[in-house]
Amino acid sequence: MAGDILLSVRDLDISLHTPNGVLQAVRGTSFDLRRGESLGIVGESGSGKSMTAFAIMRLLPRIARLRCGALELDGERLDRIEDGVFFDRIAGQRISMIFQEPMTSLNPVYSVGRQMTESAIHTGRLSRPAARRRAVELLERVGIPAPGDMLSKYPHQFSGGQRQRLMIAMALMNEPELIIADEPTTALDVTIQAQIMALLADLQREFGMAMILISHDLGVVAEAVENVMVMYGGETVEQGPAAQVLTAPRHPYTRALMAAAPRMDGPPHRLGAIPGVVPAFFGDPQLCVFSSRCPHVRPVCRQQRPPQQMAGRFGGQAQRYSCVMPPAELATLPDTRAGDALPAPVTDTREIFAVRGLSREYRRRRGIFGAVETVLAVDAVDLSVMHGETFALVGESGSGKTTLARILLGLDEPTSGNVFLNGKPLAETSRRDRAKQVQPIFQDPYSSLNPRRTVAEIIERPLIIHGISARDERRRAVEETMDLVGLPRRVLHNYPSQMSGGQRQRVAIARALVTRPAVLVCDEPTSALDVSVQAQILNLLVDLQQELQLTYFLITHDLGVVHQTASRIAVMRNGRIVETGPARQVLDSPQEEYTRLLLSSVPRLEKLAPPAAEAGR
Amino acid sequence: MTQPEMTAPETATALEAAPPTPRQVSLRRARRHRGLITGAVILLALIFVAVFAPLLAPHDPGAQSLANRLLPPAWEAAGKAEYLLGTDQNGRDYLSRLIYGTQISLMVGFGAATIGLLIGVSLGIVAGYFGGLVDHAVSFLLTAQLALPGLLLAMALVFIIGPSVWVVIGIVGVLHWTYYLVVTRAATMRIRSLDFVAASNAMGASAWQTLSHEILPNLAGQIIVIFTFELGIAILAESSLSFRGVGIQPPTPSWGLMIAEGKQAMFYRPWLVVLPGMALFLLVIGANLFGDGLRDVTSPEGRN
Repeated sequence: MAGDILLSVRDLDISLHTPNGVLQAVRGTSFDLRRGESLGIVGESGSGKSMTAFAIMRLLPRIARLRCGALELDGERLDRIEDGVFFDRIAGQRISMIFQEPMTSLNPVYSVGRQMTESAIHTGRLSRPAARRRAVELLERVGIPAPGDMLSKYPHQFSGGQRQRLMIAMALMNEPELIIADEPTTALDVTIQAQIMALLADLQREFGMAMILISHDLGVVAEAVENVMVMYGGETVEQGPAAQVLTAPRHPYTRALMAAAPRMDGPPHRLGAIPGVVPAFFGDPQLCVFSSRCPHVRPVCRQQRPPQQMAGRFGGQAQRYSCVMPPAELATLPDTRAGDALPAPVTDTREIFAVRGLSREYRRRRGIFGAVETVLAVDAVDLSVMHGETFALVGESGSGKTTLARILLGLDEPTSGNVFLNGKPLAETSRRDRAKQVQPIFQDPYSSLNPRRTVAEIIERPLIIHGISARDERRRAVEETMDLVGLPRRVLHNYPSQMSGGQRQRVAIARALVTRPAVLVCDEPTSALDVSVQAQILNLLVDLQQELQLTYFLITHDLGVVHQTASRIAVMRNGRIVETGPARQVLDSPQEEYTRLLLSSVPRLEKLAPPAAEAGR
Repeated sequence: MTQPEMTAPETATALEAAPPTPRQVSLRRARRHRGLITGAVILLALIFVAVFAPLLAPHDPGAQSLANRLLPPAWEAAGKAEYLLGTDQNGRDYLSRLIYGTQISLMVGFGAATIGLLIGVSLGIVAGYFGGLVDHAVSFLLTAQLALPGLLLAMALVFIIGPSVWVVIGIVGVLHWTYYLVVTRAATMRIRSLDFVAASNAMGASAWQTLSHEILPNLAGQIIVIFTFELGIAILAESSLSFRGVGIQPPTPSWGLMIAEGKQAMFYRPWLVVLPGMALFLLVIGANLFGDGLRDVTSPEGRN
């Protein structure tokens, strides 16, 4: 059995020497990976999952210090090899890595062919013609059309999905025994993601490689790997067969994470948000890393590190977790989907937004004397958004959904067609009147807040613009709104850089709500957030809608979020609306081919086999 | 439901060090930056000298003493203790003239750099924010300005208008705005595409409100850095003009003018040129060290 093990990691510790102190990024992580086996590492940002992969590939930042009991590839101590030897013989040869953003991991000034064949020729593994032959073969295998002609092209000539295929082909050039994929599909559209994940799984089987897949997305991991390791705060909290861990999770964190992920089946339930944020640990605290957010926390959890316990063996693989509670006791905890069913939003038949024949054309001239190009971003769109509903506009990148949102917000103007806000043409509505009724929430809470302004200044800004000059009145409105969105008063004078992503998004929501508008245009409001924080924000949006009778115009690519919140859906593609209807109807029985493709591409947790069947094997 | 979400972050953050404000981060970096501290000390010392010149100068800078012409500094055999740094061709105390010269240099430096700032920043922010035709027009202006031989133009203008301290300040300022323009234009274009600017527009703010409240504060760091560099450049420009006789006019003590006056006697009375040269060097390097340090401290990529 031991000879079967390809990669063995024992007691991996990574500490980061930051100006604020020594930060424990990874503590005591151990795992084994057998030949041809796939392991998923799941966790939120700051959990240490990428650091673990970087440690194997020697890509740790300079401030990092690594300590480990053992780091062995095929019985060879990787941690004792010199850097030069490692990058010559191991990296790219026996272990390859695929990164999240293919555009930044490909060199823009070298042709694809050169980048693919360089290392094989340089190390003398293949002759130049042989390397080119293999490159063409691999490009064909990963599904790049006309691979022979593609070798002389440059990365910018490929689309995002194709670039990720190039990265995969490049990673396979030297027939590695282990491939590490760090969020390989996070930057891609859902339909492309499905293709890339299927390709990776096929190739892994075909070439008999072992794979480590790192992802924050439980669904992606659930479909692609045999074993899974859940990390939190730098520690492995649970590991075991994927089907087992993701259907019968033991550790309270894994359970909470599952409850926080929006599902696509059944009626929408309130998500089980995990309160707070992933803490950062300085020094060597003797406590359970999850104790600050655990719903079942006991005094002992804050006094010692939890023991590792065995939940059972399934098909030769053990499911282990780190918690003081024994398996029998964990089994008695309430189900992970205990949230109440969400009330249906109160809608009426009055239109708040009426979009009629709306088109937006972009003209761009290449240079002063160049030809004019026209791009039709929005193409004759008709929409009606009713008072009090959540209208979800679904589409992939480049579908024109953000352009449409910008027009509704008055940030862009249509080339033709009309938008009516409460029956009045938007073009004839004054800036301030429009702003009083429609407010935006943007995707990235890091760029939507001015880094030079405090929370108080940011939230009261709309009041100043709307001419409310009494300082007391503004202060009262700011505090009321902060209570409404669950922001503690003590952050009033904080700068955005001092707050977590979830808190920043709350500030953005507070700024939008302080003037009490009727509609919020939310452009991917949770896609920059971790799953547990996304659940907090989605729950908050639902609560706010109930309390303030808000209408949401929600733009997203995430069908899980749509299922969770939307009352009606429009599916957009290439600037056109391809399908529209009540949410349940569109999600359960889509009429259009494209909608079906979108729905079938969504990675789903619920597709996993129930644990009972798995345990019997 | 919102109750646990509100209270929990407090227990979570209790484990972490309280995150510092951007200002605290900058201050902490500033305190550790030797170049910045050195530059600041030099600049402050020279500003002190300029402000208290009448108290510090041992002699009247214009008082001539024909008996004491071209005295070497006091430590040389022929020097007199009364004239610490010696005297010039007209027997005026060199130390006093250098001390008063600090006033001229700093006035021209701060004045001209401020004029350049006003022109460059307002053009840059407008070009960067509005883009299109406005940007084309401003870019044309920039190209035209860069194509002009600056020193020659300054000489011509001073010649036409007539020399005085204020004319020199105005002309040096009007000719030194390009650096501000290039930097603010690029930075504004980058900031314009950020969501907080979109949010400002969506809340009904006017272009002026967005520019002054959202964009300008984010440019402040960079503008201050350029200001300190332009300070040095303007001081040197004044000296070059005065050296050529089209800047500050005698008998006003200006370092550039002092170098020009000393140049005939340069080979046998080298301190006449070396002393004002060193003063000029000290002031400009002080300004540059300070600017360099500020850039390190405030640049976003240097911030953690």
